[in-house]
Amino acid sequence: MSTGAVLFYVFAGMTILASLGMVLNVRNTVASAMSLVVAMISLGAIYVLLDAYLVAAIQIMVYAGAIVVLFLFVVMLLNLRTDVFPVARSRLPKLLGIAASGWGLFVFLRLLRGTLPAISPAPEGFGGFRELGRALFTRYVLPFEATSFLLLAAIVGAVILAKRRID
Amino acid sequence: MPDLGVILKLLFMVVVVMAALLPVITWVERKQSAVMQDRIGANRADIMGIRVLGLLHPLADVLKLFGKEDVVPLGANRFMHLLAPVIALIPGIITLAVVPFAGVYDFGGGPASMVAADVDWGMLYVFAVGSIATYGTVIAGWSSNSNWGLLGSLRGSAQMISYEVTMGLSLVGLFMCFNSLKLQEIAQAQDTTFRVFGFLEALGFVHALPRWLSFVKLPMWGILLQPLGFILFLTCIMAENKRPPFDVPEGESEIIAGYHMEYSGMRFGLFYTAEFLEVPVIGMIVATLFLGGWTIPWLSTHQIIGGLTGVLGVGAATGLCLILHVLSFFLKVIIMIWLQMQIRWTLPRFRYDQVMDLCWKIMLPLSLANVFVTGLVILAIQRLYR
Repeated sequence: MSTGAVLFYVFAGMTILASLGMVLNVRNTVASAMSLVVAMISLGAIYVLLDAYLVAAIQIMVYAGAIVVLFLFVVMLLNLRTDVFPVARSRLPKLLGIAASGWGLFVFLRLLRGTLPAISPAPEGFGGFRELGRALFTRYVLPFEATSFLLLAAIVGAVILAKRRID
Repeated sequence: MPDLGVILKLLFMVVVVMAALLPVITWVERKQSAVMQDRIGANRADIMGIRVLGLLHPLADVLKLFGKEDVVPLGANRFMHLLAPVIALIPGIITLAVVPFAGVYDFGGGPASMVAADVDWGMLYVFAVGSIATYGTVIAGWSSNSNWGLLGSLRGSAQMISYEVTMGLSLVGLFMCFNSLKLQEIAQAQDTTFRVFGFLEALGFVHALPRWLSFVKLPMWGILLQPLGFILFLTCIMAENKRPPFDVPEGESEIIAGYHMEYSGMRFGLFYTAEFLEVPVIGMIVATLFLGGWTIPWLSTHQIIGGLTGVLGVGAATGLCLILHVLSFFLKVIIMIWLQMQIRWTLPRFRYDQVMDLCWKIMLPLSLANVFVTGLVILAIQRLYR
């Protein structure tokens, strides 16, 4: 096995273990959030193995470095550390979850039996910030700008909501 | 598998920082505080009466810290409590992998770049690693089961996330100037000079000007192209390090020692080490981005090697050039460490709301303006020279 393959299995295993740790660890919310961080970072490592460097950096910067910190922030402020979450009354989420994972498993097994289509090699500069930036500012400039307006609206909304509580 | 060269380069950086710079920095810190407070400073630690200017104090520190009891407070999350200092220490060390300590040389076996991981997305890596640093602070305060610790880590995480945003934006102008995110390429781009009044020629003033003006050359350093970017970035990265004047997560007078209040012995020592370790790492990154990295002002690599080849031969000239560049790099790093020490012992701690206002209301708009103005200037230059 090549180094890349070994690293892939290591990080894939870490991702799965950390994800399980996040879902199953209902007693300790902060530990659960930390498992999510480990899952995010190992996902970032897998992106690096796939040559998607920019996505890897953003994965770690935004998801592991900012969003989960905000999760932790909220968890620590609410002081949920000793709380045990109440058992959900409704069975619907559980049933839906089981159905979704069953469907995922079914698709996966079917893919395993068939032969995978040959993958063409990545073009030069694939996954780099130059290629991505060029694509964002030329071909996808409209969705890019639309997203920025969406974010601006979200920021204004957050400011207004926070201000109302102080006034 | 990584080859021997990569491991050697990484080892060089880690050994220089951990074994040579780190103990000296704790000594510099003490001496600097002594100078600012009109004292003599650390000079008592001795081995058989030999004191060497107090340079033995770091040794005494480590011995003392190892000798102390390692207390885990009652009700703390033991695993997380023991893990947090290690998490705090890691980002500073792994950042060293992408910092070039010398240029690219050809010893006959193709170009060899003097950086452990010469990746295209070097600065993105630095940002990503820096964003992980928040967790050491957050976990330390939370896992201690202490209200002061929790307050400290809440302050710390808010401060670090806020300054990360401005830190990224303050460098966009620099990336536009050098057209790269790779630290080695940024350093190489600074290995040249620019004519300060060159733009006047392009505007058509050639005959009206004295001739000597066109010989006024400055090294093409980031600090000269992006002076505002330099100030903004230095402020942000010092705030990320949480040392005074940005030490509100520790704030002794308000929350005792903040996030690492419940730590004792060498585990406290690890937080202390992490902060001190980041001082030379910050110095290295700032020196590479803004002070030309390993370059020697007014003397490009070609000139040095070309000038020395006639005397020494190609191999020795290249080797000597490498040594000169390494010395130049660490000289700049030491200047940056000195600057950080000056700032640390000159300014008192800001209030928490002042730290946040500075970030969101002053530095963020300024960094956006910097991006805008840099874009305009680059467009104008492209028009002039087309």
